[in-house]
Amino acid sequence: MTGAEIVFKVLEDQNVRHIFGYPGGAVLPIYDELKNHKKIQHILVRHEQGAGHAAEGYARSSGKPGVLLVTSGPGATNAVTALTDAYMDSIPLVCITGQVPTHLIGTDAFQECDTTGITRPCTKHNWLVKDVNKLSSIMHKAFEVATTGRPGPVLVDIPKDIQFAKGKYIKPKEKNNGNVNIKFNSNDNDINSVLELIKKSSKPIFYTGGGVINSGPKATEFLRELVSLTGFPITSTLQGLGAYPGNDPQFLGMLGMHGTYEANNAMHDCDLMINIGARFDDRITGKIDEFSPKSKKIHIDIDPSSINKNVKVDLAVVGDVKIVLEKVVSAIKKKDPNFANSNKQNIAAWWDLIETWRKKNSLGYKNSNEVIKPQFAVQRLYELTKAQDTFITTEVGQHQMWAAQHYKFNKPNRWMTSGGLGTMGYGLPAAIGVQVANPDKLVIDIAGEASVLMTMQEMSTATQYNLPIKIFILNNQWMGMVRQWQELLHEQNYSESYTAALPDFVKLAEAYGCVGIRANKPAELDSKIAEMLAVNKPVIFDCVVDKVENCYPMIPSGKPHNQMLLGSQDEEEKISDEGKVLV
Amino acid sequence: MVKSAYSFATKKEKIENHIIVVWVDNESGVLARVVGLFSGRGYNIDSLAVAEVDKKKNISRITISTSGTPQVLEQIKLQLGKLIPVHKVANFPANKKTLLREMALIKIVSAKTQLVKAKKLCKKYKYTVIDSTKKSYVFEVSALKKDIDQLLKKLQPLGLASVSRTGVVAMTKGSETFK
Repeated sequence: MTGAEIVFKVLEDQNVRHIFGYPGGAVLPIYDELKNHKKIQHILVRHEQGAGHAAEGYARSSGKPGVLLVTSGPGATNAVTALTDAYMDSIPLVCITGQVPTHLIGTDAFQECDTTGITRPCTKHNWLVKDVNKLSSIMHKAFEVATTGRPGPVLVDIPKDIQFAKGKYIKPKEKNNGNVNIKFNSNDNDINSVLELIKKSSKPIFYTGGGVINSGPKATEFLRELVSLTGFPITSTLQGLGAYPGNDPQFLGMLGMHGTYEANNAMHDCDLMINIGARFDDRITGKIDEFSPKSKKIHIDIDPSSINKNVKVDLAVVGDVKIVLEKVVSAIKKKDPNFANSNKQNIAAWWDLIETWRKKNSLGYKNSNEVIKPQFAVQRLYELTKAQDTFITTEVGQHQMWAAQHYKFNKPNRWMTSGGLGTMGYGLPAAIGVQVANPDKLVIDIAGEASVLMTMQEMSTATQYNLPIKIFILNNQWMGMVRQWQELLHEQNYSESYTAALPDFVKLAEAYGCVGIRANKPAELDSKIAEMLAVNKPVIFDCVVDKVENCYPMIPSGKPHNQMLLGSQDEEEKISDEGKVLV
Repeated sequence: MVKSAYSFATKKEKIENHIIVVWVDNESGVLARVVGLFSGRGYNIDSLAVAEVDKKKNISRITISTSGTPQVLEQIKLQLGKLIPVHKVANFPANKKTLLREMALIKIVSAKTQLVKAKKLCKKYKYTVIDSTKKSYVFEVSALKKDIDQLLKKLQPLGLASVSRTGVVAMTKGSETFK
């Protein structure tokens, strides 16, 4: 069997159905072999970064690892942003790169780069294959590393001569079921300690993150059961949205820099914080020295290095979220099945306090009949798509935060956004990956006009494979979040944040063989969205929104959770609570 | 208002010196992974010593002298533990509880009287003369880092021509080994 054949044999044995890629000199033997493997569909992207983000979207919406195949040199370097993105957000990717033949490595050969060197800090692990007989075991190991423990990207660099060379194929060892590396590294006493803390608390909060989603659908089920068994409030990070229903009364909305007033104040004032699969990121904690000063903190995480990294915790439970939560849920059920009711009085005052925060309606905004407010656009999009099983991706910036605030998710794996790295240009290719994994579902990229131009070329991919993704651009002609920061922190010096000479997105859509729709006025928004949803083709929706709307609420830089800005002071004075649109 | 997207920690914690010992698969790129982790995350490396210690199992032992707050030292250990070729990580305090040694090769080039003086200075430490001519000596000295630092300072006026140091290596005391 040749190296190229071994590559496909591994992919088949790993049940890979789709790969995203772009051919080039150093991977031609693998591309040559593609024709013999009808079970595997190759999606040709227009740029290797697009392949990476598409693979990420595929992985996040399907729970399976995403696979990309690119060539050496620029193929590999173009994929670096996507690999780093996947590393930050713990997304399982397997990246296969071609490399110049072994005898040319180190000679500055054409399209040579030190791929394993460049990708070492942005992968969980990478391999340069120097012996064809090790290729199959390395590749199987690559899948194992990507998908077990805290998931993440891996890379296998295969020189061209290895792709041609004949070698032995070795079958994978016993099929691994989920997280073999780390299932549960704490002991049952820790579970009892969790229970004790839960019982003692009068101001508790669950703070959940992407780890719940990564742990799989079971984790989501246990989380919902736990929240119901305790009656405690719950907030979620950007990445954790969907693990708990967004419209449930116990859900306080997202927390963090653009989180709700009630979620952030509850985090600040709580006496017990139960962190489940989140990592105390700086967008979440705000000023770290004043972060939740009065609380006992429990941290449940599969990655021991996440414990005590940013915030010291009182009790760490290292393990897969679904296994830990299952233990906690069954312990409560066994010892105190009626806990939520019997404990109701104990946390009643806490809930009352939360309700007073909620009344601030921190996601409110002043709507307009003249110009489409971006928040309103997301709300209408939500109302008109919530009846379907909808998948949302985003780019990065204001629109991303508005999407997170105003689109309510009820299921996991429906929300794909670049959180850790904050990669503009993520959403469009990610939507492609999501649509490939979920061919009959509605997939929408809530985008900003600046971000989406970074990977716009992938519309061509969408057209080629008849992927009816909807690119819903909140077009304010500014790099909105940059503009907002310049307004608030840099004396309104709007340095280079305005995009002059934007393309006509409707014509651009047509040029790509897609459908272009534009909405200018609030009154026409619903009918235009309906028009978009009725099209079974890729659509670019140019939603022309207010140019200077800012994203609130906001924890200003260097401030703790309880010092949020709810709106610009100017607006605060002018707008009565009644004037704000209810969410 | 702080003009940054990030907050700054205002609490200062005590910096401690520690020896991190890492057992790794002896494969290409492994040292780059370990060292890259340190530079990428802003950890310090004061010295580094690495060699294969188990040929059969293909294991190398990397000894890193580092400094940081207790929280950072714990992070270093946990982050190293996540690297695929890493088998185990030990964190020894850099004090009397740990056996520590560094070896130095020291070349003195000078007149006879100076050479004799130099040799006298070395007597305080475990040393061997591994090369000698009429004009020069090469000493091999094995001692603690701070002792070698001191010795070198004293040898400076006596014609210290060249120094090569290994970086510290470490081992637990007594019959115990690190599992």
